[in-house]
Amino acid sequence: MAALVNMRKAYGQALVRLGQTHPNVVVLSADVSNSDHSYMFEEVYPDRFFNVGIAEQSLVDVAVGLAYSGKIPFANTFAFLFATRALEMVRTHLCYGEANVKLMGAYAGLSDSFDGPTHHAIFDVAILRSLPKMTIITPADGAAIDKLLPQVADWQGPVYFRLSRNDVPVLYDDQFAPEIGKAHQVRDGRDVTLIANGVMVERCLQAANILAQAGIAARVLDMHTVKPLDVDAVLSAARETGAIVTAEEASIVGGLGGAVAEVLGETLPTPLKRVGINDRFTETGPYHALLDRYGLAVSDVVHAADQVLQMKSTGR
Amino acid sequence: MHYHSEALITDLTAKAQSYRIQVLKMVYQAQTGHIGGAFSIAEVLTALYFHHLRLDPANPDWEDRDRLLFSKGHACAMLYTCMAHRGFFPVEELATFRQLDSRLQGHPDKMKLPGIEACAGPLGHGVAIGVGMALAQKLRMQGVKPSALSAPSGRASAGRTYVVLGDGEINAGVVWEGAMAAAKFKLGNLTAILDYNGIQQTGASADVMPTEPIADKWEAFGWHVQEIDGHNMQEVLAALDRADEVHARPSIIIARTTKGKGVSFMEYDNRWHGAPPNQQQYETALAELEEGLRAWLH
Repeated sequence: MAALVNMRKAYGQALVRLGQTHPNVVVLSADVSNSDHSYMFEEVYPDRFFNVGIAEQSLVDVAVGLAYSGKIPFANTFAFLFATRALEMVRTHLCYGEANVKLMGAYAGLSDSFDGPTHHAIFDVAILRSLPKMTIITPADGAAIDKLLPQVADWQGPVYFRLSRNDVPVLYDDQFAPEIGKAHQVRDGRDVTLIANGVMVERCLQAANILAQAGIAARVLDMHTVKPLDVDAVLSAARETGAIVTAEEASIVGGLGGAVAEVLGETLPTPLKRVGINDRFTETGPYHALLDRYGLAVSDVVHAADQVLQMKSTGR
Repeated sequence: MHYHSEALITDLTAKAQSYRIQVLKMVYQAQTGHIGGAFSIAEVLTALYFHHLRLDPANPDWEDRDRLLFSKGHACAMLYTCMAHRGFFPVEELATFRQLDSRLQGHPDKMKLPGIEACAGPLGHGVAIGVGMALAQKLRMQGVKPSALSAPSGRASAGRTYVVLGDGEINAGVVWEGAMAAAKFKLGNLTAILDYNGIQQTGASADVMPTEPIADKWEAFGWHVQEIDGHNMQEVLAALDRADEVHARPSIIIARTTKGKGVSFMEYDNRWHGAPPNQQQYETALAELEEGLRAWLH
């Protein structure tokens, strides 16, 4: 069993480090700071922390005012609320108005598993990906958070950062050097490419191990940035492996899978299967059991790989 | 309380009335736009742009300026008129209102027109965005020596934030989210002006969504409240001064106004919320407004 890292704690620690290096960073919360661990920033920088209460629309608009005044606001609440309740604020001021606000989407995907379908954030990627100027990032582990968060602060324009609530397997060490907008190749292979982000990167590595036992060499890409998508990495994978599987902790509609399908369909039609939540709502349960139940099991990735390899070999 | 001379009052009032004429011409020429709520806010916007706000049209991004969020964005014909005459852009450009390639978009557009602090039109954003701006101004006051702040008018400060709201607009819940936050953060550097003209798109606000007793509501939310006649320039100027002197809590001026003010057949009539006049209506309205202007120019 791989070592685990708690993503909330990793985020809180990274946020405190950001406070040291970036004096213009301010942090806002809609009263869930002990859930998302932004309270760790508040403890060190109380004058740069603002709890606006359980008011997500105000959370985003207050952040907009701070951004237009030269601050770099990191707004924190549950992921599903940014993409639904506060969406008009995000569209009008962050995307059209180019307010330099960073949306920290806590408890993304199914990671708030026991709180049930009202709290699962699985349509957020599709909704926010439709907005011009938006950048969407899903880090895979604690090192990814730590390395990407300063880039998020330095990035000009709005960013939606999807954060898991839970313990996830450690993938990367301190040498990890991700770059916003660039895929990171975790494993090379020539037969099929598994394009994933978040917790699904590790599950795709498990799937790659299983495929290897059958003599299939799977490339695994960590596509932490869904938008802007690393189109070159997708097209290289299509050209070099001829079969693609996407895997994400989100709906199969409109997310990473949708983005990859758009690129391939218009540029280089390639056998493709999307692993994700199959256009449906979810339920309460233990996190890993929920992932398995809703189509995100390692076996689902393996099965999808088998399907695209079949399509590749039969030419359909 | 500052003294405002009779000459100043007369000058600003005449300006406001002449800007109504400008707005009428813009909306008539474009055959699109919102007259009623532009006419009701004429005196308040004129007072802000030509007397009260600390700003520099040649340097709209000056860090220590006062910031005005025109949250009732649909009434922007009056905003553009005031900005043009204040020197933000050529007055002739007003003729491009709502046309292709114009910087004078259908609603105030930060991306196109320097001097617009935030996009507006979707209603309700101003107070909460204003909270963010006022917080930033407070942080700036804490972070630098007063001597480092620009003070061309003798007031060394990081600037204040002003929000102009419509009375229909305050149906939106986010207004009250922002109102709570402003009181929590003790934003004495934030002033809202509520254009309470009593009419919204489909009828009287009292029928569409009653908001009275409006002063009590804002008081209950922790704001300093003044109620004035929003067409009386003396009262407008005095209330703006008074609001600046309130410490440790946000301030709101409830400006009792008349929608469509100055044109008999437009006043109190929701049909003039967002409709342009035809030629005959235009000529009648113009004659009435010019007569009103003469009363201040005699």
